Amino acid sequence: MRATLERGWAVSGARGRRRVGAARRGGRGRKRARSALIYVLAVVVAVETLAPFAWMVISSISTQAELISVPPHWIPEEPTLATYTALLSGSAINYRGTGEVSAPIAAFGRALLNSFIIAAATTILCLVLGTLAAFAFARLRFRFKSSLYFLILAVQMIPSISLVVPLYLLLQRLNLLDSYLGMTLVYSTFTVAFVIWVMAGYLLSIPRELEDAARIDGCTRFQSLWQIVLPLTTPGLIATGALAFLTAWNEFLFALLFTNTLSAKTLPVVISEFSTQFSLEYGLMMTGGVLASLPPVLLAIAFQRHILAGLTAGGVKG
Amino acid sequence: MANAIPETIRGRRTSRLPGRGELSERKLLVALLAPSLLLIFGLTIYPLLYSLWISLHRHSLLFPARPFIGLDNYRRILEQPLFWDSVWVTLYFAVASLVIQIPLGIGIALLLNEPFRGRGFLRAAVLVPWAIPTTVNAVMWQWIYDSNYGALNGLLKQLGLIEAYVIWLADAARALNLVLVADTWKVLPLYILMFLAGLQSIPRDLYEAAAIDGAGPWRRLLDVTLPGLKPILLVVLILRTVQVFKVFDIIYLLTRGGPGGGTTVISFFTYQQTFQALNFGVGAAVGAVIGLSTMLAALLHFKLLHSEEERA
Repeated sequence: MRATLERGWAVSGARGRRRVGAARRGGRGRKRARSALIYVLAVVVAVETLAPFAWMVISSISTQAELISVPPHWIPEEPTLATYTALLSGSAINYRGTGEVSAPIAAFGRALLNSFIIAAATTILCLVLGTLAAFAFARLRFRFKSSLYFLILAVQMIPSISLVVPLYLLLQRLNLLDSYLGMTLVYSTFTVAFVIWVMAGYLLSIPRELEDAARIDGCTRFQSLWQIVLPLTTPGLIATGALAFLTAWNEFLFALLFTNTLSAKTLPVVISEFSTQFSLEYGLMMTGGVLASLPPVLLAIAFQRHILAGLTAGGVKG
Repeated sequence: MANAIPETIRGRRTSRLPGRGELSERKLLVALLAPSLLLIFGLTIYPLLYSLWISLHRHSLLFPARPFIGLDNYRRILEQPLFWDSVWVTLYFAVASLVIQIPLGIGIALLLNEPFRGRGFLRAAVLVPWAIPTTVNAVMWQWIYDSNYGALNGLLKQLGLIEAYVIWLADAARALNLVLVADTWKVLPLYILMFLAGLQSIPRDLYEAAAIDGAGPWRRLLDVTLPGLKPILLVVLILRTVQVFKVFDIIYLLTRGGPGGGTTVISFFTYQQTFQALNFGVGAAVGAVIGLSTMLAALLHFKLLHSEEERA
């Protein structure tokens, strides 16, 4: 631990030293040594970060025979997409010669669709409702505003596990177990709080003179919000939208407990079934993992700047 | 920054421009706030209170009657050694992950804050573990730790570090630490990114001034960098404390709380009580305690940051 810190520090001191120290000592060798150290550390971090994921991708294109070879085949000799076609078409894969389609394989395509629908619905619902509420927090004056704001932040901190029992009974009574609507509503509670927080920050950074000018020109409040303010908050909307989608897409506990058939079962649940039902077929599990990771990973990389800004503005959801 | 509660949130500024065909201020307020608040309170605060109510009753799916039993459920929990075991496991998990993840996070953030070729790539790469679903992370590590064909055994054997393949998850203490590794791989990026943002908010002049004053690298780390990271550090601390209660997916998939309850964190204990023992009353009691205490901690924390800002 200490070593990491020291090494990390050597790196950070570089900036100041380069300016002041380089002039004073002209230490060319030290500079070179430092940059070599930076590259070594960068490679270590890159490997640590990407190797497990890369191994999952490699395993997903390996044949069953290669997967269970000892020592492992780090690079597959005959890469194959058989598990991908099996999962996406819901058809059998002939590992054990039974030709039977196991439940998770058959469910995969539908679960993919369910995940998309629930995550998209959550995102849209939260962006709309959250932005409206954020506008109230940023622009209107009312009693208990500060307390309410804190309460909304605190609500976000409640662990899902403490809501599992009451939500289960509540959804059961409303007949919303195992349904798109139920899952969307449950996912929206946490996310809408997050959207309010981040968007209120964005709205505050926009000078209200712009709005005032629009309203002098005859716009109503909603018009000025829609036509003047909203376009300026696009980066915030993208960030919170991507985070909302990601959170809903990745959620497991509620999905595990509140869905039980294909009508609303999401991808994480089906992936968990792979692992418990037939633990030997790691190839299929890894393929499922890669497919389930693709949307959030692509989303994160495509919008990385926005997401970083959103994360540090909101700073709460992991 | 996360903790910055902007001045206007506290409601000091407001505009009173008249407009034609406007809703009254009050109606507008209700229209804007009601849907979100209904959703938030209806599906968090109300359920939390409801679970307090349930926790005062015998609520088991195995018996139809739901008699009022006072604090009996709470007493039953506190009497269970399994509960206390899960508290210790959770505590260990929380402390160990903070001790590992904060220095690593700061270290890697310092690295990513330096200019070097490929930095953009590395910053993007760091997002990968953060973005993948926790369940995928769990099955991925399950495969890596596999005792017959796993990559960990394969790698260590090839490097000559182990004689024979090891059943990694068979030993309680080792299993917990391996879960910690898998969890760290997934959550570390978030801390790196937050610390990186913190580093970028420290004015460069401070470093230059310190260097001119003759402060060496260590002094600059202790006197400039770490104080500059303090607000982020506080956010990360509270975040992690809260997140530890959310650690469930990886336990559910990787170890099922075993071996011998050695990896049963408190959320998994609650799950077992509720959905395996079907004892909703007990589950609600643990859940309510966890929920209320985290909320209280969060509120205290925000108030603290808030008052600190006002002094500043």
